[in-house]
Amino acid sequence: MERIKADLRSYIEANFIMGAGGPVLADGDSFLEHHVLDSTGFLELIAHLEETYAIRVGDDEMVPENLDSLDSVAAYVLRKRG
Amino acid sequence: MTLSANEPRELDLDCQAEAERIGRWMVDTLARRLHRRGFVVAISGGIDSSVCAALSVRAVGAGKVFGLLMPERDSSGFSTERGLALAQHLGITHEVFDIAPTLDALGCYRQRDEAIQRVFPAFADDWKSKIVIAGGLAGGINFFKLVVAEPGGDLHEARLPVRDYLQIVAATNFKQRVRKTLDYFHADRLNYAVVGTPNRLEYDQGFFVKVGDGAADLKPIAHLYKTQVYAMARALGLPEAICRAEPTTDTYTLAQGQDEFYFALPYAQMDRALWARDQGMGAAELALAIGISAAQAQRVFDDIEAKRRAARYLHASAETIEPVGPQ
Repeated sequence: MERIKADLRSYIEANFIMGAGGPVLADGDSFLEHHVLDSTGFLELIAHLEETYAIRVGDDEMVPENLDSLDSVAAYVLRKRG
Repeated sequence: MTLSANEPRELDLDCQAEAERIGRWMVDTLARRLHRRGFVVAISGGIDSSVCAALSVRAVGAGKVFGLLMPERDSSGFSTERGLALAQHLGITHEVFDIAPTLDALGCYRQRDEAIQRVFPAFADDWKSKIVIAGGLAGGINFFKLVVAEPGGDLHEARLPVRDYLQIVAATNFKQRVRKTLDYFHADRLNYAVVGTPNRLEYDQGFFVKVGDGAADLKPIAHLYKTQVYAMARALGLPEAICRAEPTTDTYTLAQGQDEFYFALPYAQMDRALWARDQGMGAAELALAIGISAAQAQRVFDDIEAKRRAARYLHASAETIEPVGPQ
């Protein structure tokens, strides 16, 4: 779990925050509320998850409960990998 | 004013008075701010560009308005038919310019079809396609599905990976950008100004292509809700076929309503949702008025704000590190 979260944080920081100033994202912070991801950003995140973790994100799984924070994404990936 | 489920009145408009006000503003803007001699209007055959063309004629006279019809391979034949009927009705000089060869040379169709074939390898020239939005109103994250139809009519659909989605949109955006290039050719040739034709929903929610249909010198109906644009078309006495035209994107080969591609709701409900949002009304009140659940209404409000954030990039001119030029 912690390893996945750290990898995800690196991905989010490298691709969306890109070293720009602003508050540090906490593990439970909403990507939406903090304007880290917009709708295209979520689609990019999903493509990244599918490629990196060899999972298939179902249409009905594309909900904020699974994808809207480092905590929720890491937990979702763990569940999917069983 | 409140929202009523039975008698929606909040978007009622005194169309004659409003046409008068817009006309005065257009003349004033043309002469005193833009310093040009007339208007170029791209006519799609839809309601917004038709009303803009009619308002332009009302403002400066038919002799100072140039209409451009720019169909391409995927345009509906009805669009050009209605556009021609409008140009004749208004008595304006107009030109039909088929942009398909230009789009072909730029790779518009090839780039689009390559992306489609990554999802549906059997997709061929005689198939049709469109993109539809999904997820948002059900409480999920917005995503896009590609729908394709075989020549026999069999439909297939699949979620679009982001890379393919972006390539299809980028390729189809050539259409709006090529049209804008032609608008400005004629504007420069005639020393006219280019009229942009978005209604309030499109302008506010960013339903336009940056440096494509988003580019213009003035946008005379950007403050009018779509419902009001329809009322204006009737008040201006436009041909019946135009007054009844359903809003479509006319960009993909399968028929595609604007609410399938971009907006969460059909335009009449979307108008009322946007109005309610800007009046500070709650989701429960909107839900009651348009017959959706309170949770759905809240998602519509959230989607309105998300699209406004995305639209900031579309509206913005180039950033500079500090203000440059006269302040």
